[in-house]
Amino acid sequence: MSGPMLDVRDLRVEFPTEDGIVHAVDGVSFTVERGKTLAIVGESGSGKSVTSQAIMGLLNRQSANISGQALLDGVDLISMDDDEVRTRRGSTMAMIFQDPMSSLHPYYRVGDQIIEAVRVHQQVSKVQARAQAIDMLAKVGIPSPERRVDDYPHQLSGGMRQRVMIAMALVNSPELLIADEPTTALDVTVQAQILELIQRLQEETNTAVILITHDLGIVADVADEVMVMYGGRAVEKGSLDDIYYRPQMPYTLGLLSSIPRMDQVIVDRLDPIPGNPPSLINLPQGCVFSPRCTYRDLVPDGRCGTERPSMDEPEPGHFVRCHLTQPQRVEISGRILAELSGDRA
Amino acid sequence: MTSNEILTVRDLQVHFPVKGRGLFPRRIGEIKAVDGVSFSLAEQETLGLVGESGCGKSTTGRAVLRLLQPTGGQVLLDGVDTTRMSRRALRPLRSKAQMIFQDPYNALNPRQTVGSIIGAPFRIQGIDPPGGIRRAVQDLMDRVGLNPEHYNRYPNEFSGGQRQRIGIARAVALRPKLIVCDEPVSALDVSIQAQIVNLLRDLQQDFKVSYLFIAHDLSVVRQISDRVAVMYLGHIVESASREDLYASPMHPYTHALLSAVPIPDPRAQKSRERILLQGDLPSPMNPPSGCVFRTRCFRAEERCSVESPELRELASGHQVACHFPVGHLPVDITIVGPDSGFTEQMSVKGPLASEVVADMAGSGTGFGTVPDELDDSKGNPRAI
Repeated sequence: MSGPMLDVRDLRVEFPTEDGIVHAVDGVSFTVERGKTLAIVGESGSGKSVTSQAIMGLLNRQSANISGQALLDGVDLISMDDDEVRTRRGSTMAMIFQDPMSSLHPYYRVGDQIIEAVRVHQQVSKVQARAQAIDMLAKVGIPSPERRVDDYPHQLSGGMRQRVMIAMALVNSPELLIADEPTTALDVTVQAQILELIQRLQEETNTAVILITHDLGIVADVADEVMVMYGGRAVEKGSLDDIYYRPQMPYTLGLLSSIPRMDQVIVDRLDPIPGNPPSLINLPQGCVFSPRCTYRDLVPDGRCGTERPSMDEPEPGHFVRCHLTQPQRVEISGRILAELSGDRA
Repeated sequence: MTSNEILTVRDLQVHFPVKGRGLFPRRIGEIKAVDGVSFSLAEQETLGLVGESGCGKSTTGRAVLRLLQPTGGQVLLDGVDTTRMSRRALRPLRSKAQMIFQDPYNALNPRQTVGSIIGAPFRIQGIDPPGGIRRAVQDLMDRVGLNPEHYNRYPNEFSGGQRQRIGIARAVALRPKLIVCDEPVSALDVSIQAQIVNLLRDLQQDFKVSYLFIAHDLSVVRQISDRVAVMYLGHIVESASREDLYASPMHPYTHALLSAVPIPDPRAQKSRERILLQGDLPSPMNPPSGCVFRTRCFRAEERCSVESPELRELASGHQVACHFPVGHLPVDITIVGPDSGFTEQMSVKGPLASEVVADMAGSGTGFGTVPDELDDSKGNPRAI
């Protein structure tokens, strides 16, 4: 098959609440190729997790209005009925969550939970499924898997539990894996192990991976493409090099320059993005980032506050949602990155 | 030297009993959460305390404030030993040492107004600030970047970053000499973290306060600390000025820790040497014999399982608890500069730690000194 593994088009998710409609995801489009990793970067409330939940069919359709398309290998998941989505979830697409403790059932042995995942989707005997589970546990680097398969989740450490989650997600060889903050709850040395594991398994199976994270270091480590989300919208999208070496959206620049970085000389003060993230009920008019944007006065007629910017494609494959002109963005970006690398010299 | 020491901790131990089941549970063991930790903190200084979960860093912070009763050792707060004091005797001292918590959602009483939360320290200590409590609280709110008009609002009306500002205002209300900050930014969004780090720094200069800054994020700790101590399984394994610690770490654990932090520069990140530690933290109920880190260490030898290494000063102000510290053995050291893809390698034969410090001080980036020959010999550390 050619074409992307996952093709998401104009995805929208709204939650009607007593206080008003929450625009959690507001027209997001992206594709993920086989064997590639797309990182979705954003802060809490940016819509990155809801995007993945909509794709996986994890949102209750009674409480959420979902529109748009999510084509998995050409078949739309959004218009599909729940039963059909269920047959795919866990087999052709799988998910790893942030907190391995609350994602594993505490009363069941980890092996039984993996065996269940196998037997729901494959016509195999219990014995065969158990063999697959042990095999998978060995693959994710759990020592003496024949013994560990009979452990309960509480008998395992956080890193081991996350490995079990990965084993469970990958046991049916999914074509799409969504990892939602897979290492946020883990220590940094264990994080390195888990990221390396996901990458290795991805190479073996040619799985398409969506990695959802807020950590730009992790993105730099494992992603091929990056989509930056803010206030429910994709504000910039491009290759790893586009985002890190040629970013154009002021929010992306703000993120890159506000975090303390170990690869730079120590600066006296950090350079934070002013203000707070927006409320998804009362989204700002126009550009969602405009209330915090330092450059909004450069755009004439206050358009940033009134008119919603469209997605530009200044370079092939690099998309930016910003009213600034292309030369302005390039100039600002060049200046800030020069300052950053000046700090590094 | 000792005259301006705000905090002195000597051989601090905090052990938690582990009890069996039954009506009259017997003590069946103990968890040595903190096992012989010593450090000191000067006026207006920040000591970063880093380590992974379960290493005892938060327990240390709580024992320093006597929120936990230490099992042994001494905590001198501004020269006064607080370890054996009664609660009543301790209360006046509380105005000298305060705490900022990790979770700004749980650290504030949802039923109290912001004004009442920030004003609480004044009322508890019976202090009547000039101009009245309300005035003092509003000044504080203004100082930490909150709108003083929001005096009567409740915590749920504020965002995470603003709530952390409320917690900070409460902590600095009585002009304490020491603030224990326990993961103060890790629950906040990336774009907000920098705001709070800057605020803590500004307040330190204004109020001459010392911080014991407990965090697992090594980049944040590097930004804010003057000195950094690395903890592992209840012990300090390395302690140095931040420049030395990040440029020339000597303990293998610090090395692994620093090399595991991904840096937000794809080309540099891909060209970095990384040490992947095997396994997990051992149970603190049953710590390894000898050196506590030896079960995951890529330099461990026979001696490490027998003899527990002392914290020794190997360079000026740089203490390490290791039998085979990095940069002290005659091995080829490859220094990899993580700059935009150009990997600059230089081989140094048997460098002394001080030379490594000198070499790397200029580059500003120094983590990633991995002894080449150790890379494959044990099969543990892997370079990706």
